[in-house]
Amino acid sequence: MIDLSTTYMGLNLKNPLVPSASPLSAKLDSIRKLEDAGAAAIVLHSLFEEQIRHDANELDHFATQGTESFAESLSYFPEPGEYRIGPEEYLAHIRAAKEATSIPIIASLNGSTAGGWTEYAARMQQAGADALELNVYYVATDMSLKSTDVEQRYLDILKAVKSAVSIPVAIKLSPYFSAPGGMARQLDEAGADALVLFNRFYQPDININDLEVGPHLVLSTSDELRLPLRWIAILHGRIAANLAATSGVWTATDLLKAMMAGADIAQACSVLLHDGEAAVGRILADVTKWMETHEYESIRQMKGSLSQKACPDPEAFERANYMKTLNSYA
Amino acid sequence: MSERRMVTIDGNQAASHVAHKVSEVIAIYPITPSSTMGEWADEWSSQGQANIWGTIPDVVEMQSEGGASAAVHGAASTGALTTTFTASQGLLLMIPTMFKMAGELLPTVFHVSARTVATHALSIFGDHSDVMACRSTGFGALASGSIQEVMDMALITHASAIESRVPFIHFFDGFRSSHEVSKIEELTLEDMRAMIDDDAVAALRARALTPDMPKLRGTAQNPDVFFQARETVNPYYDKCPAIVQAAMDRFAKITGRHYHLFDYFGAPDAERVMMIMGSAAEATHEAVDYLNSKGEKVGVLKVRLYRPFVPEAMFAALPPTVKKLAVMDRTKEPGAEGEPMYKDVVTAFGEACAAGERPPALTTIIGGRYGLSSKEFTPAMVKGVFDNLTQDRPKNHFTVGIKEDVTNTSIDFDPNFQTEDTKAVRAMFYGLGSDGTVGANKNSIKIIGVDTPNFAQGYFVYDSKKAGSMTVSHLRFGPNPIRSTYQVTSANFVACHNWAFLEKYDMLSKIVDGGTFLINSPFPENETWDRLPRQVQQQIIDKQLKVYAINGFQVAKDTGMGARVNTIMQTCFFAISGVLPRDEAIEAIKRSIKKEYGRKGEEVVKKNWNAVDQALENMYEIAITPQPTSDVPMRPAVPAEAPEFVREVLGPMLVFRGDDLPTSKLPCDGTFPIDTTQWEKRNIALEIPVWDPNVCIQCGKCALVCPHATIRMKVYDPKHLDNAPSTFKHAKYIGKEFPGWVTTIQVAPEDCTGCGVCVEVCPAKNKQEARLKAINMEFQPPLREPERDNYEFFLKLPEVDRSKLRINTVKGSQFLQPLFEYSGACAGCGETPYYKLLSQLFGDRAVISNATGCSSIYGGNLPTAPWVVNPHGRGPAWCNSLFEDNAEFGFGYRLTLDKHAQYARELVEKLRDQLGGELADALVKATQKTDAEIDAQRERVAILKEKLAGLQHPEAKQLQQLADALVRKSVWIVGGDGWAYDIGYGGLDHVLASGRNINVLVLDTEVYSNTGGQCSKATPRAAVAKFAAGGKPMAKKDLGLMAITYGHVYVASCAMGANDQQTVRAFMEAEAYDGPSLVIAYSHCIAHGINMRTGLETQKRAVDSGHVALFRFNPELAAQGKHPLQLDSKEPSLAYQEFAYQQNRFKMLTKIKPAQAKELIELAQQDAKRRWDLYEQLAQAHRADGNGN
Repeated sequence: MIDLSTTYMGLNLKNPLVPSASPLSAKLDSIRKLEDAGAAAIVLHSLFEEQIRHDANELDHFATQGTESFAESLSYFPEPGEYRIGPEEYLAHIRAAKEATSIPIIASLNGSTAGGWTEYAARMQQAGADALELNVYYVATDMSLKSTDVEQRYLDILKAVKSAVSIPVAIKLSPYFSAPGGMARQLDEAGADALVLFNRFYQPDININDLEVGPHLVLSTSDELRLPLRWIAILHGRIAANLAATSGVWTATDLLKAMMAGADIAQACSVLLHDGEAAVGRILADVTKWMETHEYESIRQMKGSLSQKACPDPEAFERANYMKTLNSYA
Repeated sequence: MSERRMVTIDGNQAASHVAHKVSEVIAIYPITPSSTMGEWADEWSSQGQANIWGTIPDVVEMQSEGGASAAVHGAASTGALTTTFTASQGLLLMIPTMFKMAGELLPTVFHVSARTVATHALSIFGDHSDVMACRSTGFGALASGSIQEVMDMALITHASAIESRVPFIHFFDGFRSSHEVSKIEELTLEDMRAMIDDDAVAALRARALTPDMPKLRGTAQNPDVFFQARETVNPYYDKCPAIVQAAMDRFAKITGRHYHLFDYFGAPDAERVMMIMGSAAEATHEAVDYLNSKGEKVGVLKVRLYRPFVPEAMFAALPPTVKKLAVMDRTKEPGAEGEPMYKDVVTAFGEACAAGERPPALTTIIGGRYGLSSKEFTPAMVKGVFDNLTQDRPKNHFTVGIKEDVTNTSIDFDPNFQTEDTKAVRAMFYGLGSDGTVGANKNSIKIIGVDTPNFAQGYFVYDSKKAGSMTVSHLRFGPNPIRSTYQVTSANFVACHNWAFLEKYDMLSKIVDGGTFLINSPFPENETWDRLPRQVQQQIIDKQLKVYAINGFQVAKDTGMGARVNTIMQTCFFAISGVLPRDEAIEAIKRSIKKEYGRKGEEVVKKNWNAVDQALENMYEIAITPQPTSDVPMRPAVPAEAPEFVREVLGPMLVFRGDDLPTSKLPCDGTFPIDTTQWEKRNIALEIPVWDPNVCIQCGKCALVCPHATIRMKVYDPKHLDNAPSTFKHAKYIGKEFPGWVTTIQVAPEDCTGCGVCVEVCPAKNKQEARLKAINMEFQPPLREPERDNYEFFLKLPEVDRSKLRINTVKGSQFLQPLFEYSGACAGCGETPYYKLLSQLFGDRAVISNATGCSSIYGGNLPTAPWVVNPHGRGPAWCNSLFEDNAEFGFGYRLTLDKHAQYARELVEKLRDQLGGELADALVKATQKTDAEIDAQRERVAILKEKLAGLQHPEAKQLQQLADALVRKSVWIVGGDGWAYDIGYGGLDHVLASGRNINVLVLDTEVYSNTGGQCSKATPRAAVAKFAAGGKPMAKKDLGLMAITYGHVYVASCAMGANDQQTVRAFMEAEAYDGPSLVIAYSHCIAHGINMRTGLETQKRAVDSGHVALFRFNPELAAQGKHPLQLDSKEPSLAYQEFAYQQNRFKMLTKIKPAQAKELIELAQQDAKRRWDLYEQLAQAHRADGNGN
């Protein structure tokens, strides 16, 4: 019997495949389907504090726009007794997801203020989340910012949230640190229960006909797994925090690579958006089949087997790797 | 019994508070100034608030006031406790039902915020002409004068109606009472339960129509018994006054406030007494107290129960010493021997004297008119009336408050006479409509009302524009009850929240010596004093004012408040006015912010708190120099070169001095000259568009979409550029029609509202810097002077020959002169671009009937008129009759035009020999479809007139009068969806069915925009609107499809933002069609809760999502054997949510009732699909019949 189980932030998971934050986890129906397909846990879509603040301001702005200007139309909207502004809907979703499933539910938070991070984290815990994933989505466009400022921001957020909750906390990282290893170690020391590598930003695109710049959603490919693989392999065994691989997990092969590099779980998103929730079952079946073929007994057995510490050629994960690739291409 | 709380609310809320709690069925319909009573009732029921019996009243919007009253009639007939709210024409629409209900002794209460009935003009403001029009219906009438009375009398009226079986009007003065905010004691549910007689309620229900106890009501009676039967109600009317008084007595035991049918206040031995009802009774009371304190002996008799009129109660209330009585009516009955209440009183005295109950001729009774359309009624005027009464032969049938110099009815008064309470803080705030000043002041009243034992009152004055309007708030706070039902006449605090006002309006004329003046100054601290106009500086020095300033706009910008300086200026007011200790006041403001904005999220609260703190840090006191230092002059209201009427009549109105105009200056029949907005340079835009000819592709879209016609295009021979100002721009004309000519796109810098719609729609982008377009917004002040010169030069360039333009294209149409310009519509309005296009294409031959609503306000609200006369002296002739009758009114135009044209043709035939056969034939047989054909007919008519001038035949004189009728006129019937879908639908349907050549333009904003966004049948499913606070549950009515079913009606559905070319085509086809045409124009609106700058994008989304299907149904094509229905939009490609959730009207439901929002939006998505599928099927269906009949 193949043992697919793993542990992640102290959570015992039946397998290492976890759907990551995506629109799928915003729907209860999809969550049920993901569980039925075999998902070991679910990371909910992110609660964006910025969005809540934006919505509140927009609501206030548009509800008061043009009011008290003209005698016949002193307002344009009824005044409801109460607005449901804030995270209530998200918190209700956590509660509903918990009731609807028996697998761990990991809430995801993108705060924009110190108060917002801690307040919403605490309320997510109260709502029943088994763990938190902090989604520090942050593009440092401010030219006066130093790299240390950015790093400190991550650390401050993590510490603040850790002090506000007792459930495990993962932090999802950007790959754009000057010293990712050092950053990972600092986060580890600050109490991160897991690092999720990496946040995949949607990059803007340019429309040459309309002369416009806009978001352009492109699903990931398996090739994009390489970046997380490298850093998971480097970090495995060097920090206490668990590691989650995300970006480019499409197939059983991808998942197995992540495990061998040293990840504790692999998070999938694009494949589920593309193929639907049933892809979870297919990947897990393929993983099992491969392990049977290659006579692996458990995920634990392979975890980190090709990490930098364990692999036959540690330098392969370092800069030489880059030179070698170019040489081979030539 | 629960304790009563003090609340600061307006009269409408006070009335609705009671009406909602003692009713089971409430039928509503919006009309200013009563709308908010219905809105409150709807919101409370939507929130689940129950009445005193524990059930939630059913609040239902009807299609008109006639519908609302009929529903009330039906509800009462079947045993419900029922009510409605209305005013003015709305009440008049209820009159037929009122006769029925009174005849059937069905109790109800109509709460009426009494408003002027439209006569020579519409007025939204208050007087008693509407209530007086109902005197013969049999309804009782109880009047309230203060906000406390409104709540109290509302309950007394309901209780009395139920017990007496006589239905009642409970009325109070529109705006003065309906909108005055005041601190009052709120009646509790226990109070209401104690007042409503359970046995009477049971009896009411027992009389209900029910098949369980079948009976017949509403019979048709004949001469044999009708008369006798009509007299059967007499005992109920006889008993009614005693029942009302008993209710008042019972109310006194419950609350301590004791009212009577008539209440007298003043000297017990007064010889001169004024009899008056409504809010003016309070000002009179104040004046009477003041005058008596100065040794006079006068009094006021307040009328509570006007119908049934009870002379005995009146005599009992009057002091026996009265020798002269002035009966004041807030209405006018032209042709009558006196106004209604005066006549009631004269009759009562006459009868009493005749019966020997009063000594004859002991009392002189005179009648006076006052306060029409909320004309101020002040203690000064009260004194004027009492002074008139001191005359041996006081002037009778007088007017007061105006200078009536045509028939000399007015009496004089001393405007400087004041009775303001010197212990009160009296404050005036001049704010910009969009800056939140009024809201902040209402909030201040609440703070003072709640946190102090002081009495508080607020009244707010608005101007006639929807964009860049000025508001004036009049606030009073003090330890004594406030009876001052008039605007502040002597202020100890004045605030100017917008610097531009300082140069326009004299806002310090009413401030007392040593008063405090607060200014929102955009200038640095060391410059503010020197930047003030010299006249303002002089007033400050002369009156020894303390002056404070703050750069409120900067603080607002820094704290994320945008353009809303409300919280900032409110904080400054509290900090320097002394109305509360400073720290206490700031704490109170912050508490109130938390209460007010807490439900909108912590973010909004914090933002406002920060604004409070920053306001305190940034306010400074200005050092006053001993002599003025400024050379800045006050700006004249209109330029010196304006026509005399504009200078002498419109000018004073523009600077709020219209009250000073005498009757002789005004037209006798409400007919005003047009072409007058051009004199009102409002300069309200902070930024204006600037044209870049190098990037421009000359598509004309910017000019097309400009809501205020402030972007113009001309094409002309470059020889006209000889004397062009140095900064005047032009570009080579792109196109083949005008070789060698040039084009200019020019902004009207002082008329532009800065909405930015033109920039959003511009498709051309700068290749070097893609953020720039062919038209870009830039800071207005440095551009004002040069662009003013450029615009003047531009206007003098010749208009192009229409016949050389392809006016059925967007570009071609935009070289036509707009004959609708600089209206008072909202910045970014979605309606006015359509109206402007109409004026460009057909304005020189259009006669327009406009339903009441937004378009009648920006189209016809004084002081100025946006309709333009072209160089040939022609332009749109425009009139607003009413709301409900618009289609029929416009249809009447058509009948006249057709009749006169036919008669003129008949006369031409009769005069054929004198005119010549060729001219006669040409005149009679002329085809007049195109501009060129119409011009040719105009030339023929000119020849005809010349020939007729030489003829003495009587029929020649007749033809001379009617010759212009031979030229085709274009009849346009324009209105919003409230008119077309709801109140006017019956008439519209009939007019469309008539087959006559009329053109209907429906400016479809999907709500009653003008009255503040109430739901109409055009409101889409899932949208929140007033009267649909829980989201509209039903789909939008498909007016276009209904009209299509006739077969003979041209029908088009347009959305300019989605397909502007289709819009132009539809307008052209509709007008050219010789039969009824209906153009439904989707119009984005501020009531949608959108960024108005991107309104056209919203329109595009409406079409892309299938919310709107663009089409043209042209019966002429069917007659030609072609398919009459052309679908002009594509299959929906955008999810409905992507259209809907860009708008607050949909999105807010997700924040109020998420589950309902989800359910309704899914249904709305299905609506869009179903609508598209249906139109697609219709477009594909083969039509065999040629004419559609």
